[in-house]
Amino acid sequence: MFARGLKPLSIASVILVIGSFALVFFYAPNDADQGFIQKIFYLHVPLAIVALFGFVAGGIWALRYLRDGDRADDLRSYVAIHLSLIFGVAVLATGSIWAKASWGHWWLWDEPTLVSFLIVFLLYACYTPLRFSIEDPERQARTAAVFAIVGGAFVPLNFLAVRMAEQLTHPRVLSATGGSMPGEMRLTFIVALVGMAVLFVTLCKYELTSKQASMQLRSLKRRLADDEDSWAPTRRSAAPQQL
Amino acid sequence: MPALPLDDAGPYVAAAYLVFLALILVYVAIMAGKLARIARELGEVSELVARRDRSRSERAEEEAVPR
Repeated sequence: MFARGLKPLSIASVILVIGSFALVFFYAPNDADQGFIQKIFYLHVPLAIVALFGFVAGGIWALRYLRDGDRADDLRSYVAIHLSLIFGVAVLATGSIWAKASWGHWWLWDEPTLVSFLIVFLLYACYTPLRFSIEDPERQARTAAVFAIVGGAFVPLNFLAVRMAEQLTHPRVLSATGGSMPGEMRLTFIVALVGMAVLFVTLCKYELTSKQASMQLRSLKRRLADDEDSWAPTRRSAAPQQL
Repeated sequence: MPALPLDDAGPYVAAAYLVFLALILVYVAIMAGKLARIARELGEVSELVARRDRSRSERAEEEAVPR
């Protein structure tokens, strides 16, 4: 169900990510203001955008789960949020490195963009422990869905609030008027953004396929072991255990 | 702050890209561990199937022997 198109997606993500890195270092010019350090922008900003969209996608799948009751949507929501958290770690790490090089500090607590992303990240960091704390699979899926929907709605609201807040240190490169990036930088950024998005989808599909395979195996083992004494109950997990 | 010269900025840029690469590699390593577990469970299922087939054929042979 989830493995369809995995091979072309994997090839596309490798080509796009490596291609974007090549554009970053061999095509895009150095920024007039920040110089070479601005190259982190092509990694940090696409990661942040894809992570935030991943959180919202997790909320949309959770909404679909509550509407239709399809356990596959619960699994999709779980995987999207899980991967967005991993991308979030990369956003915080690359952002801190960029901040240290540009502003002389690893972190600025009075900067709304940084703190708001940290709040979103910490909010979603509670998602997996929440799931793990509920043993009943049905209740686990429903509670996690409500959490994902509320969190998914919070992400764009939080983003808008930050955009309306007073700009302190963090730059606003992308704006409704198109920003101020020259052509080569814009092209590099778009390729990097598409590359990160395709990588995110590919990793989602990998994880979904792996989870589906283990679920099918477990159910097969259970059916086979009906007349055997060797069957052991499934261990507790934050991830959905059945489709 | 003024732009960092290339010599100073290089390690920071390299660090940022290496962090990303390390995260992806750790993720792939975790996925490889999961794949190994699936392969092990598949082996257990194959063993269960083989054991069931053996017991079925033994039962069939016992029933086929005239008393």
